[in-house]
Amino acid sequence: MKYLNEYRNFEATKKVLDEIHKITTSRWNIMEICGGQTHSLVKNGILELLPEKVRMIHGPGCPVCVTPLNLIDKAIELLEQGVIVCSFGDMIRVPGSKKSLLEAKALGGDLRILYSPIEAVSIAKQNPDKEVVFFAVGFETTAPANALSVLHAEKEGINNYSILASHVLVPPAMEAILDDELCSIDGFLAAGHVCAIMGIQEYYPLVDKYKIPIIVTGFEPLDLVQGIYMAVKQLEEGNYKLENQYARIVKEHGNEAAIDIIKKVFEVGNREWRGIGEIPNSGYIIKEAYRKYDAESKFNICYIKVPENSNCIAGEILKGIKKPNQCNQFSKTCKPANPLGAPMVSSEGACAAYYHFSNNLID
Amino acid sequence: MNIEDIGFETINLGHGSGGELTKILLDKIIFTTFSNPFLDQKHDGSIVKFNGKIAISTDSFVITPIFFKGGDIGSLAVHGTVNDVAMCGGIPKYLSLAFIIEEGLKVSEFIQIVQSIKKTADESGVLIITGDTKVVERGKGDKIFINTTGFGEIHPKANISVHNIKEGDKILVNGLIAQHGMAIMSEREGLQFESNIESDSTNLNFLVQDLLDQFGGKIKLFRDPTRGGLGTVLHEIANDISKGVFLKEEFIPLERQVAAGCEMLGLDPMYVANEGVFLVIVDPSVVTEVLALMKNHEKGKNAALIGEITSEHPNKVVMQSLIGGKRIVSPLVGEQLPRIC
Repeated sequence: MKYLNEYRNFEATKKVLDEIHKITTSRWNIMEICGGQTHSLVKNGILELLPEKVRMIHGPGCPVCVTPLNLIDKAIELLEQGVIVCSFGDMIRVPGSKKSLLEAKALGGDLRILYSPIEAVSIAKQNPDKEVVFFAVGFETTAPANALSVLHAEKEGINNYSILASHVLVPPAMEAILDDELCSIDGFLAAGHVCAIMGIQEYYPLVDKYKIPIIVTGFEPLDLVQGIYMAVKQLEEGNYKLENQYARIVKEHGNEAAIDIIKKVFEVGNREWRGIGEIPNSGYIIKEAYRKYDAESKFNICYIKVPENSNCIAGEILKGIKKPNQCNQFSKTCKPANPLGAPMVSSEGACAAYYHFSNNLID
Repeated sequence: MNIEDIGFETINLGHGSGGELTKILLDKIIFTTFSNPFLDQKHDGSIVKFNGKIAISTDSFVITPIFFKGGDIGSLAVHGTVNDVAMCGGIPKYLSLAFIIEEGLKVSEFIQIVQSIKKTADESGVLIITGDTKVVERGKGDKIFINTTGFGEIHPKANISVHNIKEGDKILVNGLIAQHGMAIMSEREGLQFESNIESDSTNLNFLVQDLLDQFGGKIKLFRDPTRGGLGTVLHEIANDISKGVFLKEEFIPLERQVAAGCEMLGLDPMYVANEGVFLVIVDPSVVTEVLALMKNHEKGKNAALIGEITSEHPNKVVMQSLIGGKRIVSPLVGEQLPRIC
């Protein structure tokens, strides 16, 4: 906590904010990739403390938000077939096409909320006559633990465990956002936790190709204002470099043991992003050798593609084209208790951040 | 009370039948433990006398696990209702006590709960004067549910009403927030999160009574932010009075281990449940004295002035963050859900 308090310090944060005000002369649009960063910006009231010319654009880094609708429906169907479905807590209130996992639980499904997929393997071991599926969503951050659960099940000879995987990757999403003709982003704050696993090397090609500053940034108020300062400084000086604000956690080559585990179980493949569509080579799929732990191959889940709610602009929100309060449904028909789309539910969703914390809504 | 004297080890459906087994359960455990002139009548109910207005409050307790650091479902069932009566400005005197037991509950656990209720009721100055025991089939309950209803005479100087609150009134809390919720989280299965955090479950009636003795009508409101936490209760108050609530994050009393636990699990302490915390909204003229009284009382050692009522941003709770920014504090929607990464 001492460590955290240092990064929530009033004087230290104010000093950096003052510097940002001092050096800013032009308008800059900076996207923070991770929903955790969005929440920290809004919850700590940082957005209003920035110069008017520095505009933060909220990125797609909310694992719950980008998990495809059809996968939620599949998890619900497994639950209804009598499978024990295990999930991170954040996922369970997200609306599927007919209901959420939480509603399916209320109707009798055996849904378990876990912090670690390894727990799900233990549940499988304790319930040998039942199938157990872990709903393995997330970015590069959760991939090692999910992969490890598969290796763990293999080692223990547990055959009633599998994962419903929807892993997505940050760099291809950044490229997709930059390639969008409506994109107006001048610089990025890359997601510190993702880089803690993967390292920062994959971002050099992006910096060169798009001539854009990328700052690997943490999540505390001081981290964020430092990351913003580094981005603005580069932009004002006409530079584009990869910099690491979060060096206390993020190493150049990341966590190599974690990367090895990911590579053992997963390979890169195409992935659908909710609200954005399919992005080539933007996610992990389970390797052939571990296919028996892939719930989508293991179970015969019939699936009919259902369109998203047409009033929800989650795609534009996730690409940073619109802000939550620019949506006509925001805080009217769409609220956390009755969400139209995932960004209003997740604790990393931009809409939920605005709804719960945003000082813009005081009046 | 010896378990051998009871003659059975687990509670079964027969103990709720109303017949001989029920009588054994009541005579050997309930009546022996709670014996008092009202209960000893063994009638269908009790007849009591009150002077003037009374406060009545009821609550049901369904907690898992039933034993936790700092308390158990029994102590919670007394504290929760005693505190609710106190929050109305009442001086709690009597409690009703009703159990719904799932068959298979160990008698030793039931005795432990009953003894905890007795001890807590004695400490809180209340008598159990009526009650009920039902047993449901296995799978139709969660070990044991308890309902208590509390009765208390309104303190002669009390004038507690949300409508007495005015702009400029000060908001205080008696102690550290989020202790109870985090203590329970740390004992739930599957979280792999261990801590020494104890529930703050306690009776608040004596501190409330002292405050009313001393400050009477200058006290506008008491509220205990149990489920939904401090954030949700403050939001309700702002809405009820169509005024704003302004808080400073730096003043909110939060113990380090609890803060760290919340960080780890991705929970906001403003929405975590409390069982020994209450808010007091007071006239600004007495705020220093109120804070001093609270800090000198065993149940208010960590009391703090956390904010005030304002005419700005009506219906909204606004909190100034540690770094000087501002955020709204919205009400909790469902259960707080742990985030993914």
